[in-house]
Amino acid sequence: MTDVVREGLILAGAIFMLLAALGVVRLPDLLTRMHATTKAATFGVTLIMLAVALHFAQVAVVARAFGVILFIMMTAPVAAHVIGRAGYFVGTRLWERTLKDELRPHYDPLTHELKSGREGERNARYGAEEDAER
Amino acid sequence: MTPIILLSLALMALALCLAFVRLLRGPSLPDRVVALELFSSILVGMVGVVAIATDVASLLDVAIVMALMAFMTSIGFARFLERGGPRDD
Repeated sequence: MTDVVREGLILAGAIFMLLAALGVVRLPDLLTRMHATTKAATFGVTLIMLAVALHFAQVAVVARAFGVILFIMMTAPVAAHVIGRAGYFVGTRLWERTLKDELRPHYDPLTHELKSGREGERNARYGAEEDAER
Repeated sequence: MTPIILLSLALMALALCLAFVRLLRGPSLPDRVVALELFSSILVGMVGVVAIATDVASLLDVAIVMALMAFMTSIGFARFLERGGPRDD
């Protein structure tokens, strides 16, 4: 029984990693590629580490396997965020069929400055108050 | 070495080859960094499978170090890119 579960976990993990690699080759731009690799590869490593924990079934090994899982689950999103941010700032092209890029109207790539898009509103309101005080 | 373990090692080797294709072709540096990160994830998985196949539990330490190095590398590359690495526009 344990053998069957273990081998299923190993095979599923390997298939998820293969899917991640397939995604990184086939998908069109940086962000979609990251969406493939980060989640699928993390899940594959998680499944394989669960198989390791099942196979050895000693406290020290199980603790280390869960340590690997925890570490990867915590660091993969951070690393993906940081690389995606750097990629956007460096100016990698998005896919030409991207529908929505909400950062583009608010971000100035030359001055590296981010606007909320509500500065004018605020100025108008304070300006009106100043006019009322006069 | 059961056939399942051999098969999954073969699948992961194929995944490594595909990631290497992206590493060679990747139009920009962030693409290559993503491929490198995928490399390290697949290697962690491979080390886990080899640890199962050979019954050596200490191989897990290698996997831990691998995951740690991958995180440090991606953070370092991102810092390098944001502080005036090669621009792409």
